[in-house]
Amino acid sequence: MGMTIAEKIIAAAAGVSEVKPGDIHTVELDHLMSNDGTTHLTIDMYNKLKNPTIADVSKLVWIVDHNVPCDSVKTANSHKKMRDFAKEHHIQFYEGAGVCHQVMIENHVRPGELIFGADSHTCAYGALGAFGTGVGCTDYLYAMVTGKSWVLVPETLRFNLTGKLPEGVYARDLILTIIGMIGANGANYMAMEFAGEGMKTLSISDRVAICNLCVEAGAKTALMEVDEITLEYLKEHGREPKHSFKSDEDAHFAKVYDIDLSTIKPIVAKPHFVDSVVEAKECFGTKIDEAFLGSCNNGRIEDLRVGAEILKGRKVSPLVRFLVVPASQAVYTQALEEGLLEIFMQAGAIVMNPNCSVCWGSCQGVIGANEVLISTGTRNFKGRAGSPDSFVYLASAATVTASAIAGEITTADRL
Amino acid sequence: MEQFTGKVWVLGDDIDTDIIIPTEYLALKTVDDMKPYAFSPLRPELAGQIKEGDIIVAGKNFGCGSSREQAPEIIKALGIKCVIAKSFARIFFRNSINNGLLLIEQDALHDHVTEGEEISVTVGKEVVANGTSYAISALPQNLLDIINAGGLVKAMRKLNGLD
Amino acid sequence: MGYTVIEKIIRNNIGKDVKAGEIVTVNVDRVMIHDIFIPFVASKFEEMGFTKLWDPDKVVLIYDHLVPASQVDDTRHFKVGNEFAAKYGMKNVHRSDGICHQLMTEAGYVKPGNIVFGTDSHTTTYGCVGAFSSGIGYTEMASILGTGTMWVKVPETIRVEINGTLPDNVMAKDIILKLIGDLGADGATYKALEFTGDTVANMSVASRMSMSNMAIEAGAKCAVFTPDEKTAEYCEVTLTDKEKDLVGDADAVYCRTITYQAEEFVPVCACPSNVDNVRPVSELEGTEIDQVFIGSCTNGRLEDLMAAAEVLKGKKVAPFVKLIVTPASRKIYTQALENGTMKILADAGAMITHPSCGLCCGRTGGILTDGEKVVATNNRNFLGRMGSSKVGIYLASPKTAAACAVAGKIVSA
Repeated sequence: MGMTIAEKIIAAAAGVSEVKPGDIHTVELDHLMSNDGTTHLTIDMYNKLKNPTIADVSKLVWIVDHNVPCDSVKTANSHKKMRDFAKEHHIQFYEGAGVCHQVMIENHVRPGELIFGADSHTCAYGALGAFGTGVGCTDYLYAMVTGKSWVLVPETLRFNLTGKLPEGVYARDLILTIIGMIGANGANYMAMEFAGEGMKTLSISDRVAICNLCVEAGAKTALMEVDEITLEYLKEHGREPKHSFKSDEDAHFAKVYDIDLSTIKPIVAKPHFVDSVVEAKECFGTKIDEAFLGSCNNGRIEDLRVGAEILKGRKVSPLVRFLVVPASQAVYTQALEEGLLEIFMQAGAIVMNPNCSVCWGSCQGVIGANEVLISTGTRNFKGRAGSPDSFVYLASAATVTASAIAGEITTADRL
Repeated sequence: MEQFTGKVWVLGDDIDTDIIIPTEYLALKTVDDMKPYAFSPLRPELAGQIKEGDIIVAGKNFGCGSSREQAPEIIKALGIKCVIAKSFARIFFRNSINNGLLLIEQDALHDHVTEGEEISVTVGKEVVANGTSYAISALPQNLLDIINAGGLVKAMRKLNGLD
Repeated sequence: MGYTVIEKIIRNNIGKDVKAGEIVTVNVDRVMIHDIFIPFVASKFEEMGFTKLWDPDKVVLIYDHLVPASQVDDTRHFKVGNEFAAKYGMKNVHRSDGICHQLMTEAGYVKPGNIVFGTDSHTTTYGCVGAFSSGIGYTEMASILGTGTMWVKVPETIRVEINGTLPDNVMAKDIILKLIGDLGADGATYKALEFTGDTVANMSVASRMSMSNMAIEAGAKCAVFTPDEKTAEYCEVTLTDKEKDLVGDADAVYCRTITYQAEEFVPVCACPSNVDNVRPVSELEGTEIDQVFIGSCTNGRLEDLMAAAEVLKGKKVAPFVKLIVTPASRKIYTQALENGTMKILADAGAMITHPSCGLCCGRTGGILTDGEKVVATNNRNFLGRMGSSKVGIYLASPKTAAACAVAGKIVSA
């Protein structure tokens, strides 16, 4: 019986020749990523262990990205705990370098790896053919101390992509469409695998946007085949694959979806659920108070280019706060060199340092009661961006930027 | 001449507006919401201990720093009857007058008073602490006019033909 | 008998001779209100019974302390501000263009000889272009909005004369810190500071701004520089004879004169937790630090960022140390992008945030906790200003701050 990509990665990490959905395997992990959302809790638990040790410190990557720069004494305490521990134990440590997943993809992730991240959007690493999955502090701590963990082999949903996205439609519209189609729990415990001719039209940035959001359909992980585009990206970043897996012809998929990219339209996910998707036109005219272009989902150079292209020669609506937050320091510098930051500044946007910003919603650009945000972030849950009585719409970089200019939800072609 | 007695809280020199009310709490809706955080960087328990009619005695340059008017408003809202200091920073001084918080400049008292002691004040004349009298001067006429009107808001209401 | 600069500004404003100590009513040329206080100004204004602004064009509303919002209720201030501006026909509203004090002169709201009040203590800044400007509370602001006038006591003046050439590693910030240290935090209370001498004449308006900005830290009501060609160029005006005459007369009465020789200045820090606790950097060398902040209305201008970039060029911020850079305005940010300064700062590892008050006002932007130390270019190091009361804040010039960021400890540039 053939295996899927997810099964192959688990088999390799478990040192066995074959696994099947439902099996539980002890696996060797390649990286353990943790950010300032929860690392302080992990440290507290670690310190309560009897004679604790770290199995392999070279696997740990700690990233301060959620509240950067720090917004309160409470978070300053968490950061300090994390920084001091990283210093003491020589853990690879980033602070202010960008959103954790973007930093991982730029600097660490290799195809075929099995990676735990103490953050739900760790599934983003599937863009490079790695099995990334989000875990809680307890799982993280166990893996940190032992270097191993257990995984339940997931079923795989396969998405065969054909065609090409139309002009003005983006990967973000595609994944929101898929989430709308299968529902917020449509891929619970499963792996979502993307393949097909259509993949050739999707950049690494597109692929990250797709994989990153799979957790919003409940997926354990998301995976893509390694191809020329992946290898090119890795080469640019000085890395090589650990394994380049493809699903076997006779692999078993729980379900197969065929999606023609040319049929995808601009999409908006309405408050307060990611699967509450409608065509953008159904939301036209909805007044907004704030717009956000950024996050691990849509804060890469490609997304900023889309925004800047639309904004060039135009102005942000005076009553809209338009936050532009590059996903990493590398993205920031690239945007600076390409003149994109200048376009954003001249148009009246608020350009912040790379961080999670209002996607995380606890410090930067939080919105008040009855306010409306249109965002390229990952989630639109009730209260996610500030007041429990506020409203978050999710859309593509293009739709968000166009809306920031118009002061209401619209698409770029209507400006 | 107004006369009153009150229990003394003693603070030092250069009590700045960030100590009186840290910026973190400045966007809270009302002065009452901010009140519990008064003096928190220096003495977090103080706001809860102050009782109606108490008096603050401080050193030089009380209220230095920002223009935040919440500083005198909060002190007033805590029930402080007056602040007696060696000197006051000027924005704080104006803000206090405009809000009807009584400020008294007295150079010597601070060095001779103990926290918890009762002192008596005769406005425009003297402070008596532990049997000793400390002279205080009267305010200039233009300031008395604002105070007599009941603060700047009331003075302006009068100007606009209200009240 | 001659006049001080401040006496001349007030004389020109009210059209009759004045002397220090007199209480007079002045006609206000411009006012500034920022986001933190707009809800209070708005409610006091209406409580006072006013129904229109004395002159909507003279009122400037600037959002800077709460940009971007860090607490859920912050955006309420924007809402109140927007409604107030719309209701009373105000056009001068800046919602994310930078720090109020930078914008007031940069955007041309303040000209030489003007009398300006703002709901912020650092309103003293505008003395850099020869204006009389001072901070007031929101109740007084509300009354100006209705009447266009304000009573002031004509202040006595302390004359500060500085001559000579500053050493390379010394900036205007070091001068003003040294002066505050010498005067004490209340050394200029109720008084005006008047800066003069060839060092001052040779300074950019930006450098003068750092000095007038911090005058309040010695308790001063205002601080003034004589308008000159640099001022005229900066303000995009031709100076009138009256403005050119804003010089302290030789026979003017000063309550005190302090003279400095520029060559004698050294890099200094204001040590925790008072601005007048000023010590030479050389005495603090080696003090380990956790963070550096370059920004604020004191030192977030292009020349400050460039001075920092000169130190940081080709270098990296020390491991585990954070460098936060917050330009003072959108214009400055854009200029720094264009002239390559931002690239140098970003390459060195700086976190560059949007122009706003940022960490200086202590609501967000790099809050610290017990035992941590920060070198910062802003204007206050009060207890608890940037986090817990056990944070040590060292105020310094952008050059010193940048050098500290690279070293991870306090050092001279």
